[in-house]
Formats: sequence, structure tokens, C-alpha cells
Amino acid sequence: MTSDNRTVVVTGIGAFTPLGADAASTWEGLVAGRSGVSPLEDEWAADLPVRIAARTAVDPAEVLPRPLARKLDRSAQFALIAAREAWADAGFTTPATEDGSPIAPERLGAVVASGIGGVTTLLDQYDVLKEKGVRRVSPHTVPMLMPNSPAANVGLEVGARAGVHTPVSACASGAEAIGYAIEMIRTGRADVVVAGGTEAAVHPLPIAAFANMMAMSKNNEHPQQASRPYDKARDGFVLGEGAGVVVLESAEHAAARGARVYCEAVGQGLSSDAHHIAQPEPTGAGVARAIEQLLESTDVNPAEVVHVNAHATSTPQGDTAEIKALRRVLGDHLDHIAISATKSMTGHLLGGAGGIETVATVLALHHRTAPPTINVDDLDPEVDADIVVGEPRALPAEGSITALNNSFGFGGHNVVLAFRTV
Amino acid sequence: MATQEEILEGLAEIVNEIAGIPAEDVQLDKSFTDDLDVDSLSMVEVVVAAEERFDVKIPDDEVKNLKTVGDAVNYIVANS
Repeated sequence: MTSDNRTVVVTGIGAFTPLGADAASTWEGLVAGRSGVSPLEDEWAADLPVRIAARTAVDPAEVLPRPLARKLDRSAQFALIAAREAWADAGFTTPATEDGSPIAPERLGAVVASGIGGVTTLLDQYDVLKEKGVRRVSPHTVPMLMPNSPAANVGLEVGARAGVHTPVSACASGAEAIGYAIEMIRTGRADVVVAGGTEAAVHPLPIAAFANMMAMSKNNEHPQQASRPYDKARDGFVLGEGAGVVVLESAEHAAARGARVYCEAVGQGLSSDAHHIAQPEPTGAGVARAIEQLLESTDVNPAEVVHVNAHATSTPQGDTAEIKALRRVLGDHLDHIAISATKSMTGHLLGGAGGIETVATVLALHHRTAPPTINVDDLDPEVDADIVVGEPRALPAEGSITALNNSFGFGGHNVVLAFRTV
Repeated sequence: MATQEEILEGLAEIVNEIAGIPAEDVQLDKSFTDDLDVDSLSMVEVVVAAEERFDVKIPDDEVKNLKTVGDAVNYIVANS
């Protein structure tokens, strides 16, 4: 490999999600088909049209020491916890800035994204301003609410000096962060990058706003059945929160330090719809273009793809547009591809989705198992594809297999990531 | 009016709350920045909390002179 086209692998994973406080418990929840959605019992939720969400299984305050937690927005708390897990999982025991670290800080990056940033900090501090006055507004407000805060805090934690970045593209943000990180390594800017997505937007204002867009499920009576991608009765997404983070590394660097390798991070395909600020392009043309771009820019062959972790948020239009796009580009190959919509269990983590769904995709390859899609009681006949319904499904036990992870965002952003067993 | 001892005790509670330092480690000779893990942003929190607790005004210009816990105690004693 030349220095501008290096192979990238995944050497660490971490997750803090509605299904568990780490990647292992999240994966257990996914293969068990467990829903992370519950009713919002908070007083502030009483008058909202949507009173359900997929909150993290564990309160981050139980994990992080208070003096640290109070200086971090909830989204950065999630990212930091997931990043610590991924960093340790990759075999690193100290920040890169310490003597004896196997990675130089100048060769280490961090790319962590969120769709909305520190929105709860912003709104809570505005309440403080109105109710208690100027002097009481926290001096930590700006570093907490800025959207690059999770990336910056993860970068501080691991000692990253090759670059800390935050691509923002609504619900595609987490995937775009991982794609950006792959490129940093592929082109030689860094040897190791900690990358992922996080979101913490369970607050009355974002919920009211999304609900007024008619984007969210209002199935308050049956929280665990509300997120139902591909089912005929789907009526919108369920808001989730949490983070998923991976450690990406050049194959060469990973081999030199004897790191365990989960899979190859082959590359990304990107496109944009130029259609509408929030509606998905109904024919799936933009999504199709992103998949085509992946196939053009990497050595991925449609015949080797056995699994797709779909974007599938449980909205009437989006779920079918994505399937149309997959069919358009992959043709008959789609018939041997097991498609999973893990948002049926985790809810939609917005900018965190690409993070935890990358962790899910990496583990699907690692365990050669596609997680189920739950709540598909009546499959929409427009979904012309092989959906993994109800139970997990074994992927081919032999040979190299490849999986895709799709993420799309308001604004018309389309990101497709490809991973392959090694 | 609070005594010097009461002010030290109050500041120790505030520093514990904000920086997580054990209250017994907050002594008059300790530097907020070097010994107690209170950076410039957290120092603003300490000041605002101290103002409320001891009913005193600590102007922004004065904060930079409060290097040690003793500096803060003396300022509060003299101005409350």
C-alpha cells in the first residue's frame, strides 16, 4: 500500500446506549431483541404529544465522577464513557501523551460528532439566566454546549494531537465522523483515530420540535412497540440517546503492536440529495448515489455484501426510500443481504446513530450474526428486501464477508460505511 | 458575620462540590490552581458560590488576586 491508500482496521469498540452501559451489554440486548424505549415519567413530559424515549440504560452520573460530569454536557458524558471503553478495548492503557505510549500523540486523532450538540446545556442555562440572573450562568456553558465538545473532550482524554474534528450532518453525523476518521488514516494523517457519534436531546424543546415536524411516533400507549421500521403501521421515529465509539487504526500500526483486529473499515460513500431540507428523496436516488460512490471509491463488490445495518428510522417515507436505493444499486445481490434495523430497539440516536450502529455492524461481522428487527408484525409490501425479522440470523460462517452501515440526515446527507472481516 | 474558621469551612465545601477535592485538603496555604484543581472557569464558580454563601461582592478584577484559599478568606473577612 502507498502512504495515501492505507488499509484501516477497527481495533476497539465502546458503547453507552439505551440497551447497556458498554458494547457487550448493548450487543446482548440487540441479539435478544430487547427494546430500550420507555415512557417519559418526568413532569415536563406530561403535556408533550410524544411521551416516550430510549434513554441510556445507565445514568452517566453513576459512571463519571461528579466534578468531571458537571463540566460536561450529557452528550459529552456519553462520548467520554464510550471512548474510554473503546480505548481500553483497543489495548491502550495510558493517554498518548504519556511516556511509553505505543502511539505518539502527533499520530492520534479524535473525530466525534453529534447532530445537535449541547442543546440541554444551552436550554438549561437559559432557564438559569431567566430565573436566577446573569451571575449564575455557568462559566462552563460555552465549552459544554459547543458541538465539538464531545470530540474535544475525547481528544483531551486520549491525548490526540493529529487533529480533533466534528462533522455535523444531523442524523448522519456519527457515520460521517467515522468516515472522516477512516480518511485521516487512509491518507496518512494519523495512525490511530478515536471516532464515533453521540447525542443527548431528550428534553421538551427538541421533542416538541421533532413532534411538530410529524417525524416522531406518537404511540405513547405502547412504548416498546413504537419504533417499528418496515412495519405497515410505523408512524415515525422514537428519540434515543447515547454514544458509540470505535478505535480505527492503520492495519500496519495494529499489526506492529499486536493489536486484536475486529474487521477492516473499508471506506465510505457520500452524497447529498439537493431535494428538501427535511424530507427524504422518495425514489432513494441520493442514497443510491452514496452506495455507488462507495463501490467506485473502494474495492467492495456487491457480491460480498451479506448484511446492511439500515438507517431505517421507522418513518413511512424514509424506510422504503432506502430499500429502493439498495435495490437500485445492488440489484439481485440484495436478495442474499440480511438487513437489520437496530433502531427498532435503540430508538433513533440522531448524531449518535452512526456511532452505535457502526459498533453493531462491527459486532455483527465479528460474531457473524445479524441482529433482529423487532416489531415487524406486518411487513410493508413495498419493502422488497430480506429483513431480519424477530430473531437474529447467522451470517455465512466461512470466508470474508462485508457489511454496510447506512446513515442519512436532515439536509439530505447520505453516508454509507463498509466493513469487512479480515 | 462569619469567622475566619467558618469561611474556611464554607470554602472547603464549595471547592469539594466543584472540584471534588476532599474538604480537609482545602487549607489556607493551598493554591486554587496548583493544589486544588480549580481552573480559571471553575474559579468563577467558586467565586459566585462564595458570594452567595457569605453575602459579599467579589469584583471580577479582584478574582485574579485570590491565588490561595487564604487570599479568599482574607478578602471575604475584610469585605463582608
